[in-house]
Amino acid sequence: MTRLRINGKTVNINAEDQTPLLWVIRDEVGLKGTKFGCGIGMCGACTVHVGGRATRSCVTPLGAVQDADITTIEGLDAHGEHPVQRVWQDMQVPQCGYCQSGQIMQAAAMLKDFPEPTDADIDAVMTGNLCRCMTYSRIREAVKQAARAMAESKA
Amino acid sequence: MSRGKNVLPEAGPTSSRSAGGWMKRAVAGLAAVVVIGICAFAAFAWRPAIPEAPTPKATSFSPVLIQQGSRLAAAGFCASCHSVTGGKPFAGGYAMKTGFGTIYSTNISPDRETGIGTWSEEAFVRAMHEGVARDGSHLFPAFPYDHFTKLSNEDVHALYAYIMTQPPVRAVNHPNEMPFPLGFRPLQAGWKLLFFRPARFEPKADQSPLWNRGAYLAESLSHCSACHTPRGPLGEELKARLYQGAAVDGWFAPALTADNPSPVPWTSAELSDYLTTGISRYHGPAAGPMAPVAHELALLEPEDQKALVTYVESLGAGDSRASHTAAAVTSALAIDAQDRARINDTGGRLFVSSCASCHYNRSPDVNPNRPELGLNSPVFLDDPSNLIRVILYGVSAKEGAGGIVMPGFARGMSDADVASIATYLRTTRTDKKPWPDLEKQIAAIRAAGPGEIR
Repeated sequence: MTRLRINGKTVNINAEDQTPLLWVIRDEVGLKGTKFGCGIGMCGACTVHVGGRATRSCVTPLGAVQDADITTIEGLDAHGEHPVQRVWQDMQVPQCGYCQSGQIMQAAAMLKDFPEPTDADIDAVMTGNLCRCMTYSRIREAVKQAARAMAESKA
Repeated sequence: MSRGKNVLPEAGPTSSRSAGGWMKRAVAGLAAVVVIGICAFAAFAWRPAIPEAPTPKATSFSPVLIQQGSRLAAAGFCASCHSVTGGKPFAGGYAMKTGFGTIYSTNISPDRETGIGTWSEEAFVRAMHEGVARDGSHLFPAFPYDHFTKLSNEDVHALYAYIMTQPPVRAVNHPNEMPFPLGFRPLQAGWKLLFFRPARFEPKADQSPLWNRGAYLAESLSHCSACHTPRGPLGEELKARLYQGAAVDGWFAPALTADNPSPVPWTSAELSDYLTTGISRYHGPAAGPMAPVAHELALLEPEDQKALVTYVESLGAGDSRASHTAAAVTSALAIDAQDRARINDTGGRLFVSSCASCHYNRSPDVNPNRPELGLNSPVFLDDPSNLIRVILYGVSAKEGAGGIVMPGFARGMSDADVASIATYLRTTRTDKKPWPDLEKQIAAIRAAGPGEIR
């Protein structure tokens, strides 16, 4: 039995320690916003926050997150209005949308470390999140716009 | 020709008879020597059993003493070895893979049948100071009695008070898996004769009380050198190479001396963060067998933490090189900025797509939650085991500062992928020789498996 908190709620999961966290989130807890992309930690679609840090859930074993705090796209903001989410909507970033919850989770975590990101920062941190629709230029602009919005709301 | 009495007997049969007698006598003599030797060794190796005693009641110790014992038990990492993941504390069962077979830690909870509930304090003191169990059998030095022998009687008393007042756990000890004759305990008396001198800690007159306190903790209870000192063919610590780093449990425990290859020196500030919070800005998180060490040291009194830091800093004199930090950080951050331009290299491409989202840092400084691989020791050590282990199996939320994880890439990356990332880091971040036979080592570590998630 592994205990963890998902979006503020404590859950006890009865699964093998080696079960990928992504399966637990989608199949045990039933939150489907986190997507399965490559399954080997190379595409970023499954990105969630563990302890507030962007983490590929498909290669994170359940046993490694005992007692950890996990946030999925559903828990990023209670009303889906995290500054990154708002900018994503305003700028119509997604095309097909499959990779976007991972992109948003990665971007939201990134802005905590780099509140004023340069293009180089965005490229370095976001390169692990692939988008087959090639929305990269919109993603880069949206990250910068979200940073500005967050700075303004703080000011 | 007749033979007179004074004529010497002919050579031949007579003489051979006489030689046969000599041989027999020699064999008998040798056998006697062997028997006497065995008896003498048995007598030398023999230790009496100490009679079973009633388990002391919790009320027989003062709460202050038990509390003191609890902190000492933390500083000795008793529970780290005497428990398994998900198991009850002190119930034993943790497998230690040594060059002499697999040794399983024992149940040291005060259960009367399967633990040490029947041990009198005399028996407990003898185990700690001399490495002999209550029944008189010799303990293996996987239990670091060669360090605990330095503990003061008062501290052993406090440890006894703490251990004996913990909840008893019924858990039968797992038999050790050691090839004959290594598991034959009386032979341990020979090991002790060669390598072990029971003696309490002696403070050094030319050092400060704080340093001596740190030395006492590190050399006795915390047994730092048990992992950080290379061992000889019989498993003895090579005192001539004290704290120079050693392979242990599939990891490499880096040197605590000035030989430590990290570009940023281990200053008192870095050591203090690392040892008491599990993470430091420039040296990253404590992973693998070092993770529980940091967690337990967090429970010590601040003064004892300071003492340990003082002692460990003195081993490598990191504070005297504190001025090297800034240049090392600048250089590492400059390299981070260039990774994007190196995606023509397989290793560079994999690094940028799989690692940089967490490990990229930009000037002016390193974010401690983004471990800087241009400064952390795994990339700089001659032994790549730590780097390989972390890439394959990640770092759990229990390790380091706690609460955050690094995923493992064992399923996603081939041995060649891992090797190319390791080689990329080694060539771009260090001026060290390339690691030889990387893929072979990666395959070996993969075959050995992740071990426990601790």
